[in-house]
This record gives sequence, structure tokens and C-alpha cells, in this order.
Amino acid sequence: MGAASDDRAKEWEEQYRCAMEATDCRGERKNLSGIPLKPLYTPADVASDHDGALGFPGQYPYTRGVYPGMYRRRQWSRRMLIGVDAPETWNARQKRMIDAGQTAVAMVVCNVFLLGLDVDEVEKELVGTCGTPLSTLKDMEICYDSLPIDRLSVAMNDCAPFTAEAMYFTMTKRRGVPADCLKGTTNQADFISHYVSCHMQHRFALESYPRLFVDHTKYCIERMPHWNPLSIIGQHMQQSGATPLQELAFTLASGLYYVDLCVKAGLPVDSFAPRFTFFFDVTQSIFEEVAKFRAARRIWAKALKERFGAKDPRSWRLKFHAQTSGRELTREQAMNNVTRVAMQALAAVLGGCQSLHTDAWDELFGPPGEEAARVALMSQAVIAEETGVADVIDPLGGSYYVEALTDEMERRAWEYIDKIDRMGGMLEATKRGFPQTEILNSALSYQRAIDRGEKVVVGLNAHQIPEDLDGRYTSEPPDLALVERQIERTKAVRRERDAARARAALDGLQRALDDPKANTFEAVLGAVEADLTHGEIIRAFRERLGVGRPLIGVA
Amino acid sequence: MASIRVLLTKIGLDGHDTGVLVVARALRDAGVEVIYTGPWQTPESVVEAAIQEDADVIGISSLAYDHVLVPKLMARLRERGIGDVPVLVGGVIPGPDIKKLKEAGVVEVFHPGAKLDDIVAFIDKLGSHRPETVRA
Repeated sequence: MGAASDDRAKEWEEQYRCAMEATDCRGERKNLSGIPLKPLYTPADVASDHDGALGFPGQYPYTRGVYPGMYRRRQWSRRMLIGVDAPETWNARQKRMIDAGQTAVAMVVCNVFLLGLDVDEVEKELVGTCGTPLSTLKDMEICYDSLPIDRLSVAMNDCAPFTAEAMYFTMTKRRGVPADCLKGTTNQADFISHYVSCHMQHRFALESYPRLFVDHTKYCIERMPHWNPLSIIGQHMQQSGATPLQELAFTLASGLYYVDLCVKAGLPVDSFAPRFTFFFDVTQSIFEEVAKFRAARRIWAKALKERFGAKDPRSWRLKFHAQTSGRELTREQAMNNVTRVAMQALAAVLGGCQSLHTDAWDELFGPPGEEAARVALMSQAVIAEETGVADVIDPLGGSYYVEALTDEMERRAWEYIDKIDRMGGMLEATKRGFPQTEILNSALSYQRAIDRGEKVVVGLNAHQIPEDLDGRYTSEPPDLALVERQIERTKAVRRERDAARARAALDGLQRALDDPKANTFEAVLGAVEADLTHGEIIRAFRERLGVGRPLIGVA
Repeated sequence: MASIRVLLTKIGLDGHDTGVLVVARALRDAGVEVIYTGPWQTPESVVEAAIQEDADVIGISSLAYDHVLVPKLMARLRERGIGDVPVLVGGVIPGPDIKKLKEAGVVEVFHPGAKLDDIVAFIDKLGSHRPETVRA
């Protein structure tokens, strides 16, 4: 800035100081990541030069977006998570949501499935309470009955050894859909995230995951040209209490681990990196989230180019799905959650997401009802089609504040990443409990700040109104008749299948686990073809690989 | 006063543990002795742990419907002769189920908006059932 400008800045600073003193306001503000915020940002705060540090959209280092046309060319996918009590209901709701404007699928499976069990192996009242149970190939066929699978992008909450995906691939093959028509993402292959946050499960001992991961990645790279084998997950961490900065740093550090793992397994970096995607949480801290997403793109591009020597620009692009933060929603005056979700979704769109799930306002009372889920979907339509925010690419680019914050988030994220590198990478850091402890500390401070009223939550610690919450909103419990039907179906599959073929497929699983040259995911596909159930496949793996235990951070 | 021993746990199928970990830290900071079992427990394993650890209070955390197992846990506690150990539930509990939990004998249900200090104070008031050791 010139001298005249400096004078005016000094003059403003003085005026600001006097104004604040006169009103006795507390001037200090910090964002969720603990970064102190100035009251005003000016050109003096922005170090970045446009072409070098930002780049045009679709150009290295992709700060302004991964594609040249962004939403002008194609809007983000409206990918709503759906997990309801049974395959039949999932199929019906999916169809209605697609009719209502949902453009991509995210399949939430039941905890019974995540734990590696079949529907007839758990307490009946838990089946289908928080996602859709899948035990057999038949269940998957019911889920996708008459859905346009050749046109849908499908994300599946499926962890190693990827039985749901094997069911999906087998089902689509039987329906005659060629593999190169299948589009989608395995969105729970990031096993580190499951150990940092306990949101999924620990089917197997931690040491066994890298091989299962590499086998599956190899298969997808070689055989499924439009299927992304990995979505690197920050969402679990931020929902567990990580600040946006911590989510950024830990997720990118995980991503670097997976790239390194595949490179060490002999895969050329440009063969797989273009198919790695990300999955972030998004809060209402709009500018902080936008800065997080912009910084994430820059870090990934630099790391892939400089650290791993990737040559293909597609390897440098960080593409991400965002999910609005359920943690910010309240039971108190729950309708206000509609506004919160809209703010969070706006942050994701201003941050340049490729795909978005918006939470339903009633999620603090149980799994979302259909009407509430539709309102959440329409919030995306309002943002996309009414507000005009998608008309211009990276509309906040060049804001002194957003550029300064992007730089600061990047700088602080690299500090974390360097620290994790010194520990031997993200897997080692997780074994030591480093991210877990950092996240728990943040979760505790966040709760304390709310309890003290320092962090305002409307309806909870401010603007309360007396109302009777209990019993006002409910969620439907699973339909027991459908649960019974699925249990019977699972038993029938075991009873009626070709027993010799099933036995051979089970042996095939054991052999694949014993032979380091075999591909374990191919063996899972064979097992699904032979009608082994999900529970049977997981059990076979677990016998060889051992059971995992939570790695809880202490401080 | 003898220090209070609280057994914190998650029963059923879900692993979301942030809530229970934050409560554990708040209790520990307040001088309460906390034993956390980790997620994926059964009613039976919780009863076993409560006996082994001589728990004064049992706290169940539930985010995704696992609270439906709590009445079963209450029955098991009674069967094993420790039905007098107070049980608290915290987390996402649908409205009508709160009544059911209290009818099953749960002493209090805490929602996601509950203040940590209120949870600590509640447990503090329940107190310890063990005799105090006093110096002669």
C-alpha cells in the first residue's frame, strides 16, 4: 500500500479503537480453529499473488476450484444419505427422493452391517434402527430394484473388505450393466478415520487394513474405470470435535498416508491419485469453512506434485463431498435447524464442493423423517437455483479476509502435517493417539464454551423459549414385519444356495488371505457370487485377521 | 467423602463416542473416578463390569437407538442383585422413549444440550455407596 493508504489505515485504526472503548465492547474474536480474527482485513493482509498462489479455476494449485467451469458447467451432486429400516423401504424412499431432485445416491448401512453381522445374529430391536441392513446379495437387488444404476453415482458406506460393494458390482453385472457404466465412490475405505473416531467399527486388527486397502484399490483401478476406491474422511473427525483446522490437517495427512501406501505397493501415483476423493464436514462458520476447502485444495496439489512427483494434473485435484454438521443442530426449537443446515450448505457451495449432503432438521430426535429429508434436499435447490451464488466461480476469491484466512489455515495445517510426518505419518500418529487426543481436547473446550455461554447456540443457551420438547417429535421405529422378512430371507439364502459352491468360495477367501499375491477383494466378489452372506465373509476374515480395538486418546 | 466410581459405557451396535468421552473428561476433572468400557458392550458385559469395578453409578451413552437395550440392562442388573446402582442415560433419545426409560428405572436422561457441570453435579449428589475410610 502507498503512504496515503497507510495514513488512512492508521486513521481508521484510531477511530476503531475509540469506538470500541466508548461502547465497552470486547473486541477479541477467534474462529472455531482458534485463529484470532481482526476486525478488518485490507490489502496489507494478503500475501498471495493471484496466478501463483491461487491459480485460475482448473489450474494448479486449484485454490479457486478444481474445474475450469465449476458450477457453470455442472452443479454439485445433491447426494442425500438415506438409511431406512429395510431394503424395500430404502428402495421406495430412494425413488421418491430422485423424483424430488436428488441427483446422486449415498447408501447408509445399518450398524448391524458395519459390525460385520447378519440380520439374524443380533437383537431384533436393533435391526434397521440407524441405517439399512444388508446381509445378502438379494438385499442389494431389492435396494436397487428398477433404479437407473447406469446413470447414478453411488456412494456406499462400506468398509474393508467391501462386501456391500461386491454385492453392488455383482448385482449390476447380473443386470447386464457394463463395469465402465458404473459410477461411484467407496466412501468408508479410510480405515484410519475409523480409528481416530469410533463412528464405524473395528472389524479387524489395525495392521491388517493396509493390505485390504491396496487390494481393493488395485481392483478398482484395473477393472472399474469410473469408480473411486477411496474417499478420505475428515467428517468423522470434525463431528467428533475436531476444529476445521484439525479436520483439514488430519484428513490431508491421512491422504498422504494412503498415497504413500499405494506408491510403496508399486502402483504408479498417477494411476490411482486421480481417483482419490475427500469427504469433509461443514459447519456454519462460513468463511472459515471456505478457507478450509480452498487451503485443502492447495495443500493436496502441492503435496501430490512436489512430494510424490505426480505428473497428471488430475492427480493434483482435490475433489470433495461435504456433509453438513449434525453437531450444530439442536433439539431446542428444532425448526431452527433448517436455517443452520442452509448456512452450512452455503459454506460448502462457496467452498467449491463437488457433492453435498444436507442434514434433516429432525436428526436430534432419531433417523430423519422423509419430509424433513426433503426440506434438506430443497435447501440445496434453493441455494443452487434461487440465490445466484453458483453463478460466479469462487465468488469469495479476492476477499482480503478469505485470502488471508486461507493462507493462515494452510500455514497452520502444514505445521500439523509436519508434526505428523515426524511421528512417522498419520497411521503411526493414530497408534500413538495424537489426533484422538487433539480432537478430544477440542470437543471438551467446545462444550465448555457452550456451557459458559461464550459460544452462543440459539435456543439452547440464548433466546430460549419455554416449550415442551419431549414427545413432540418422534421418529418411526423400524417396521418389524420387514425385519422379520429380511431375517427369513437371509436364512433362506443360506439354506437354498449351492452348498458345494459356497464351501469352495469360503475356501477361496481363506486362500486369498494366506497368499500375499492374491487379491482379497476378488475373493470377496467370488464369495458374494456364491451367495455367502455378509456375516459369513466378515467372520472368515476376522478369524484370520483378528479383531480391532478402539484407540482412545487420553490427556 | 469416598470418591465416586462411575462406569461409563455404550451398549449395542453404535460406536459414536464423543459425547461419552467428553463427559468422562468432565467427571475426571471434577475428581470422579471414571471407568470407560469402550463401545459395543452388551447388557451382560456391562453388568459384569459394574460388579468388577464396584460402580456407584452407571452411565449409558447412546446416539443411534441403542438405548432400546437399556430396559434389558436394568433387568440384568436386578437379576444379579445390583438393581440399586443408579443408571443414567445420555444422548439422542426420541421423546416417547424417555418415558419408557424412566419407567424401566433409569434415574435421569441427559440430552445433547445438557451442561457438563449439571451432569457432574447430578452424579455428585447420587454419591458413593462405599463406606468412608476415616483415620482413627
